Amino acid sequence: MTLLVFLASKNWYDIRDLSNISRVILEGLDRFLPSGIVYVVAVLLGFVASFLIFVLPSQLIVGVYGERKIIGRMQSRLGPNRVGPKGLLQPIADAIKLMQKEALTPKFADKAVMWVAPIIFVAPCVLLFAVIPFGPNMIIADIPVALLYFLAVSSIPVLAAFMAGWSANNKYSLYGAMRIVAMTISYEVPLVMALMGVVLFTGTLSLQEMVLWQKSNDIWVVFLQPLAFAIYFICVSAELNRTPTDIAEAESEIVAGYLTEYSGMKWGLFYGMDIGYAIAASAFAATVFLGGWSFFGLDKYIPPWAIFIAKTHLFYFLFIWTRGTLPRLRLDQLMTFAWKFMLPVALINLVVVATERMLWQELTDGKLTQGYLYLFAIVNIAMAVAIVYAWARMLGYSPKDETPMRPRLFNDARGYVPVVSEKGGR
Amino acid sequence: MSDQVKSEPFILNIGPQHPSTHGVFRVKVKVDGERILDAEMVMGYLHRSIEKLAEERTYTQNIPFTDRTDYLASMSNNLGYVLAVEKLAGIDVPERGQAIRVIMAELQRLASHCMAVGAFANDTGAWQTPVMWTFREREKILDIFEMTSGARLTCNYMRIGGVAFDLRPEFEPMVRKILADFPPFIEQLEDMLSGNEIFRARSIGVGVLSPEMATNSSLSGPVLRSAGIAWDIRKADPYSGYEKYDFQIAVGYNGDCYDRFIVRLEEMRQSCKIIRQALDGLPGGPHSTQVPLALRPPAGEAYARVEGPRGELGYYVVSDEGPTPYRFHIRPPSFINLSALREITIGSTVADAIVILGSIDIVVGEIDR
Repeated sequence: MTLLVFLASKNWYDIRDLSNISRVILEGLDRFLPSGIVYVVAVLLGFVASFLIFVLPSQLIVGVYGERKIIGRMQSRLGPNRVGPKGLLQPIADAIKLMQKEALTPKFADKAVMWVAPIIFVAPCVLLFAVIPFGPNMIIADIPVALLYFLAVSSIPVLAAFMAGWSANNKYSLYGAMRIVAMTISYEVPLVMALMGVVLFTGTLSLQEMVLWQKSNDIWVVFLQPLAFAIYFICVSAELNRTPTDIAEAESEIVAGYLTEYSGMKWGLFYGMDIGYAIAASAFAATVFLGGWSFFGLDKYIPPWAIFIAKTHLFYFLFIWTRGTLPRLRLDQLMTFAWKFMLPVALINLVVVATERMLWQELTDGKLTQGYLYLFAIVNIAMAVAIVYAWARMLGYSPKDETPMRPRLFNDARGYVPVVSEKGGR
Repeated sequence: MSDQVKSEPFILNIGPQHPSTHGVFRVKVKVDGERILDAEMVMGYLHRSIEKLAEERTYTQNIPFTDRTDYLASMSNNLGYVLAVEKLAGIDVPERGQAIRVIMAELQRLASHCMAVGAFANDTGAWQTPVMWTFREREKILDIFEMTSGARLTCNYMRIGGVAFDLRPEFEPMVRKILADFPPFIEQLEDMLSGNEIFRARSIGVGVLSPEMATNSSLSGPVLRSAGIAWDIRKADPYSGYEKYDFQIAVGYNGDCYDRFIVRLEEMRQSCKIIRQALDGLPGGPHSTQVPLALRPPAGEAYARVEGPRGELGYYVVSDEGPTPYRFHIRPPSFINLSALREITIGSTVADAIVILGSIDIVVGEIDR
């Protein structure tokens, strides 16, 4: 009876904010549990809510099934369609198959390191979702330095990948390990530089406050910082080994990179968590650049967590799309691109943002008005195009002196002598 | 510090089991980090002794062997072999048989270049998409082969004196449909790859083959033409009535991987052109002449060459008036094209070596025979 009265007094049924349910559960438990235990329950509940309800289904449905289905369509295939309705149970069938397989360890491998590496790879993925705001109150840990926390924790899996590549005692694995380390070091720098521009605008490192800033100013950071968004996307796809930059596990070159000697569920953990990190990166991008759970006032009517999940999966679609279309760059080209192109461009972007931020404060005497923000958005989009174009020209790239896309055509054979005359096909 | 840190080159085995060696081919590379210092080709994993086996079988029985050398271009191989035997025995082929041979050889070139272009794109890292597209188009051609000869890959269609069967009535509409579909498809591939910044970065200036190097290594086919040499057996030494058709030789600019790619795409266009002409002017009459089953050509030797999808495909047959050839030798284009691989891979990176190998377009069944 008391339970009913208790439940009647709360708005737990309001699905627009799922934190109501958890609050009801926690407050109810607090009545008969010793004090303190409820915090442990809260953390577990947060883990269940974020990881088991959001991340795992996203991994399975969007990451495995969706990716295979969409890429299948891009490649004019059907994609998985045998297990379950429309092939929806395919990821689960895959997981069961992987668990049944024997996880081989090569004879001369460093067995302890090889065994530990997948575990280290999995753990940070769970931690990452602690700071992602799913809704106005739906956040496990609203820490003030969430952005730094996210960047720090998301760098840990590289260590695990390196351990995996090093311990397997295989030359291809070693290649993968060395490549991933080199690449992460290079791409972390422009990534942080790009995110600094966002921090300058929003004036906070907390992810929840960034969402609130975008909500109160009615503008998404992606419009204010298109260049930072592009740099973030490229850097993150490099760190996640997604296709234009998947040199660490480039299957046509180094077989499977650091995963070459892994099999069974050990490999499955790497594979699944790669998708987990991609979803984490998408969630982070949705939060920082795409307005998180806000949607220009519509979040009053649509559940904010639904908006957030939709944005996350939309961003994840970009990864699938690039994977289905683009060839892979070479290691030295990637390094050149990071240090010679993205880092300077990110730095110029930072200067532009700092100037605008200064102007914004000076012009409005400390009282910030959002009218200027729209002006800045237009200026920044124009600036992004101009900076990219100018810097590419400065590096010596010009589209004019390219090799033509069609070969030269001759009507008759000329013998074994090179044809030097007649440049240009059609 | 750098004086104290000692590093030494190590040997990396690319193959025999590797995703991008297009079969069981092995390259032993000596690498210093990513840089390749030396490369050694190791072949023979697919050796079936076809040349020796052919000496034990009659001339007609040898045709299926030629399917199995270059299993991606069986029609061209059939054609090369029967031309050699016809030259040896002095057999004339009726007009219709010649036209059908040309159509089949050019369809085979389309199918083979589809495979080459798709696999090359796959080697540059375009994950499966181009190769799936090209497979889709190639499958239509293989359907035609299946309808005409009964087999998709190992067609065994050409016969000494003509072809095995006449064309079916459905043949022409199906080929017309392919001719209508192909040019837009090639443009689609161009949109996706030729203009792609990453693809260009990966292939332009990679594996540059100078014209001198190409001629000295006696390369042929698209690899030779990409190096800037206008040489095509169909033009230089016409066979099966190729002199009647109007087509052009595609020639590259720098001899790099990108040129090999665009030359192949252009050759696909030219093949469509040839097929259209051959189909429009397809003569009536018999498709084959009667040739005795136990053919005993006069003693002597003959060498016939055709422009296969991979280059000059030559068959050398010696007869001692017996029912079986005294000597049977194949000049396989991919084997000879490989001879330039070592020279152009040294100094490049591991990633480039894969792309270069893909651009040469080897078929291991032909290398090892």
